[in-house]
Amino acid sequence: MRDHPRLPTAPGFWRSPLRGPWLTSVLGLVLLAGITVLFVTGLLSYAAYNPDLSAVNDTTPDKGLLGFYLFAWPAGPVWLYRFTQGVHVTLGVTLVPVLLAKLWSVVPRLFTLPPARSLTHALERLSLLLLVGGGLFEFTTGVLNVQLAYVFPGSFYPLHFYGAWVFFAAFVAHAVLKTPAALRTVRRRLREEEEPRSDLAAPRPDPPTVSRRGALGLVGGGSLLLFLTTVGQSLGGPFRRTALLAPHGGAEPGGGPNGFQINKTAARAGIDTVETGADAWRLVVTGRTGTVRLGRAELLRLPQHSASLPIACVEGWSTADQRWRGVRLRDLAALVGYDGDVPDVFVESLQRHGAFRHAALRANQVADGRSLLALSVNGEDLSMDHGYPARIIVPAAPGVLNTKWVARLTFGDL
Amino acid sequence: MRGRLTLGSPFQLLLLACSFAFAGYAGVRLFDGDWRGIVLWIVGAALLHDLVLLPLYAAADRAVLSGLGAAGRRAWAPYVRVPAVLSGLLLLVWCPLILNLVDTRYRAATGMSADVYLGRWLLITAVLFGGSALLLVLRGPGVRRATKRRPPAVH
Repeated sequence: MRDHPRLPTAPGFWRSPLRGPWLTSVLGLVLLAGITVLFVTGLLSYAAYNPDLSAVNDTTPDKGLLGFYLFAWPAGPVWLYRFTQGVHVTLGVTLVPVLLAKLWSVVPRLFTLPPARSLTHALERLSLLLLVGGGLFEFTTGVLNVQLAYVFPGSFYPLHFYGAWVFFAAFVAHAVLKTPAALRTVRRRLREEEEPRSDLAAPRPDPPTVSRRGALGLVGGGSLLLFLTTVGQSLGGPFRRTALLAPHGGAEPGGGPNGFQINKTAARAGIDTVETGADAWRLVVTGRTGTVRLGRAELLRLPQHSASLPIACVEGWSTADQRWRGVRLRDLAALVGYDGDVPDVFVESLQRHGAFRHAALRANQVADGRSLLALSVNGEDLSMDHGYPARIIVPAAPGVLNTKWVARLTFGDL
Repeated sequence: MRGRLTLGSPFQLLLLACSFAFAGYAGVRLFDGDWRGIVLWIVGAALLHDLVLLPLYAAADRAVLSGLGAAGRRAWAPYVRVPAVLSGLLLLVWCPLILNLVDTRYRAATGMSADVYLGRWLLITAVLFGGSALLLVLRGPGVRRATKRRPPAVH
């Protein structure tokens, strides 16, 4: 046995022959592309809530300039949010092995001495704390949230949104500083030139037990396995069964027309069958010309329309298109005096506690002919868990804006 | 040089100053709340990863290698490493479900039971190790010969 330094601050402490600029560069470039997609799809998800429409849609009202890019979320194509958020969550899960491998490849730098060679170097190392800590924070809060493990210190939305901006500030600086060198390293390798000496590589490496390509293959294999056991929860249909470990993978929660994925059961929302019964439940619709109250039987006598729309959750899972049937939101607006000029709508649920029991929809969403107050799905009355007696269903919107157990609709500009 | 801190690249300095200022703008919003908890999570995540998780899995890998080395079976390393890494990754990402830490909330939200996840993970793990063992048996003579040769060079 050779004598090895006992302290990680000694370069000779690190013995893996795998570490080196090529491995770090390849992993870094994959993360550069992947995290950029995560950031953009994350920002899109925030925009999809239409946070600037109403306070009830906005979980980060103090965003300031961080909401500079917000726009009116479109009402189509119907799979829009299903796609962007499915990419966000599935890609995030898939990148976990790449992130871990990247951190492993650069860990000797954590212990580099002297701690700072210059003021810039000191600041760069401090920035790396934001990069590594912020990156792990974003991945951890995301992965925990989709599993409903709300152990983080606060509400998920502000933590993940503001945390993303803090992380992104460090990420951009790091990318500007390191990407040119990473590209040079990869290009040099393609031209089969010698790799120059680097502090990333062990000065006295152990004999290899696996090639760098082999190690990279293992990282890719880990990503592939995570991808294959997750993506089915966003594809739906027969693919859901392949998502063996994802929170909305495996079997559907029940059989029959209402047997598709549920975001929040009636029991969890505290919905009592007494208040949803034919005697008690009235939909209260308010608008320009006053208020009308409609029982379920009266709603069924209004013109009925069908729309095939998915449910797509911020947690990344979604259902295939379900065949919803009910009254168009714009027809309900017309009942209270909005004929032709369709306004926004404020939706209130019977649910008394919890986030998103109120939601606001923008005029473009209300005006879309596929936006319904649904009374039935796949040819059967809604089940309690899917929002009986009536629920909102809007194309391309995040799941929580499709309010269940609707009690009140207030049309008007918000 | 020693003991005197120089400035370093002015471009990098400006870039980092910009990055910190922007992170600060988002940071005051992030820390508006349980700021101690949030700082603990961000710094803790970096420390927990770098000083606990990474040394743990590196030590486990070293133990596997030296164990196989002692038995003269170093060439079997990939057949242990690959299923262990894959199974460990699945556990790391999905541990709240696999260890059933969220059962009540999960059931209330989705109408389904989280009891299934531990069994599924164990079965996937069994398939990974079983598949690896099968490959080892099928490639047996080759792997045994490779044990006697020098390990492959980095390429």
